[in-house]
Amino acid sequence: MKTGHAVAVYLVKILVKLLLVLLAVSIICFVLISVSPVDPIRMYVGEVGMRNIQPETLAKLESYFGLDTPLTIRYFNWLSDFVRGDMGTSLIYRQPVIDVIGVRFVNSFALMLTAWLFSGILGFFLGVIAGIRRGRLTDKLVKGYSLLLASTPTFWLALVMLMVFAVWLKWFPIGLSVPIGVDASKVTIFDTLHHLFLPALTLSVIGVANIALHTREKMIDVMAEDYVLYAKARGKSTFSILRHHGIRNVILPAITLQFASIGEIFGGSVLVEQVFSYPGLGQAAVNAGLSGDSPLLLGIAVISAALVFSGNFIANALYGIIDPRIRRGLKND
Amino acid sequence: MTDITILQQYKKPRLNQRHKTLIYFIFAVVLLLCIAISGSLMGEIAITTRSDAKNLLPSMAHPFGTDWLGRDMLARTLKGLSISIVIGILASVISAILAGILGVLAASFGKKTDAVIEFLINVVLGIPHLLLLLLISYALGKGMFGVVIAVAVSHWPMLARVIRGEVLAIKEAPYVKIAKKLGQHNLKIARKHMLPHIFPQFLVGFILLFPHAVLHEAALTFLGFGLKPEQPGIGIILSESMKYLSLGMWWLAVFPGLALLSTVLLFDLMGSSLRSLIDPHSANK
Repeated sequence: MKTGHAVAVYLVKILVKLLLVLLAVSIICFVLISVSPVDPIRMYVGEVGMRNIQPETLAKLESYFGLDTPLTIRYFNWLSDFVRGDMGTSLIYRQPVIDVIGVRFVNSFALMLTAWLFSGILGFFLGVIAGIRRGRLTDKLVKGYSLLLASTPTFWLALVMLMVFAVWLKWFPIGLSVPIGVDASKVTIFDTLHHLFLPALTLSVIGVANIALHTREKMIDVMAEDYVLYAKARGKSTFSILRHHGIRNVILPAITLQFASIGEIFGGSVLVEQVFSYPGLGQAAVNAGLSGDSPLLLGIAVISAALVFSGNFIANALYGIIDPRIRRGLKND
Repeated sequence: MTDITILQQYKKPRLNQRHKTLIYFIFAVVLLLCIAISGSLMGEIAITTRSDAKNLLPSMAHPFGTDWLGRDMLARTLKGLSISIVIGILASVISAILAGILGVLAASFGKKTDAVIEFLINVVLGIPHLLLLLLISYALGKGMFGVVIAVAVSHWPMLARVIRGEVLAIKEAPYVKIAKKLGQHNLKIARKHMLPHIFPQFLVGFILLFPHAVLHEAALTFLGFGLKPEQPGIGIILSESMKYLSLGMWWLAVFPGLALLSTVLLFDLMGSSLRSLIDPHSANK
């Protein structure tokens, strides 16, 4: 079998496996939301409306929300609508769910991407340094920082950041992704960045911990290898060893880990968006959950699962494609 | 005249690493117990409002200050932490039992069971954890019950994988194979050879679930799911403090948050020191 062919088969296999998981996730989300005691009709017409509602209107609404059809049929109806891009209407925003998600996805994506890149690069860098200086002061600092941050509640760190930089120093605005009372067309890229900075910083600071600890362990393993000892014996400098042996062996696990941790970054962004009242997906999910907006909550849950899915797929695919050892292993199967 | 060589002069340190680890462990357990017990005794003080002691800065009388209703923040924080600890322990126990059962099932009942459980693990890990917590608490109509169940049914996958791996490894161990060849009953092998090996791992994994459970419980209540506003959960205290931050009342957020961070670190210390005691090899990592 040719290598290219083997890789393609490998990719399709993972894709199918992960798609099945995504399908199961969507079923679970759908069931969880359906069994909720929150009554969609009550949420839709309100408490006062419920008292004055005509029986025929009630029946109409019940069939509109599909409450008179069994769960399985409702799921398939929802799924077939979902694939065509119709996720229903949000009850709190009174807009199609897809539009609400579309706007907020861009905001959240900007936030998560910044934090993801920054925490990945900084965390990798710190992990490598800690790994080659094992037991020294630098290592202790990096390790201490990471262990401390791993136990820090994300939302509390966000509160502290808000307090220090927005309330005391007044360097940054307290909330919202654009200035209040300014026409949307006049919002500059600078404004957007200004409002993005603190939430992104908080998420990055928290995200560094995991990747730094992981890279440090890998780096320690690599530095204990025979080929590193041999390189030292040949009089190679630490920098040269790092360049030719160290980085090459630790970068792939680090990238994989970073792609696989998209779910955690999403979770962090929910909390951070709440504190900074940043209008992203996370904030919408919390609002939807608190005020019983089932279609919106379901839409966001499935979209976030799709994000995790993409991260996992890329992580798996990278292992198969970049690492020549695994690539050759596929060919021999 | 004593003729002692340099080598014999070596004095044994009074406490070796193992003793120190044991002391850390006891320290963490005692401190956590103190927080939990003192917190549950604070019920009255935590809800007593005093109009003559509103918005006070931290002082000797009120180490954590007081809030906008004159409630003592130290009492509220301790009460909130004790609620969090109880929920955390409850959820970890359920989660660990689930993990134990599923891990052993996956390792013992053939490839099909293993594949099903692996699929289940992937599904649970396929939704961002916080969103899964949110969904489950939504499905159960919020409230304390929802929080416990949400935290319990979402934390088992990692521990289940560890248990599965351990069981699979021991199954291949020579002493288990010999016991089988000697005609030992499967149950006896499980009890005499597997359990003593798995249980310590299980215990450590169980304790290391605490910090995650406590953090997630706090996050969920912070977002407004879970506990009612009257119950001073640590997440509720912090989310209420948000409204007063712009007024400069920093102590409402700083001290409860630091207390939560310390609690999580103590649970972590408890788990990792227990791991070093049970499995000394891991201590060198």
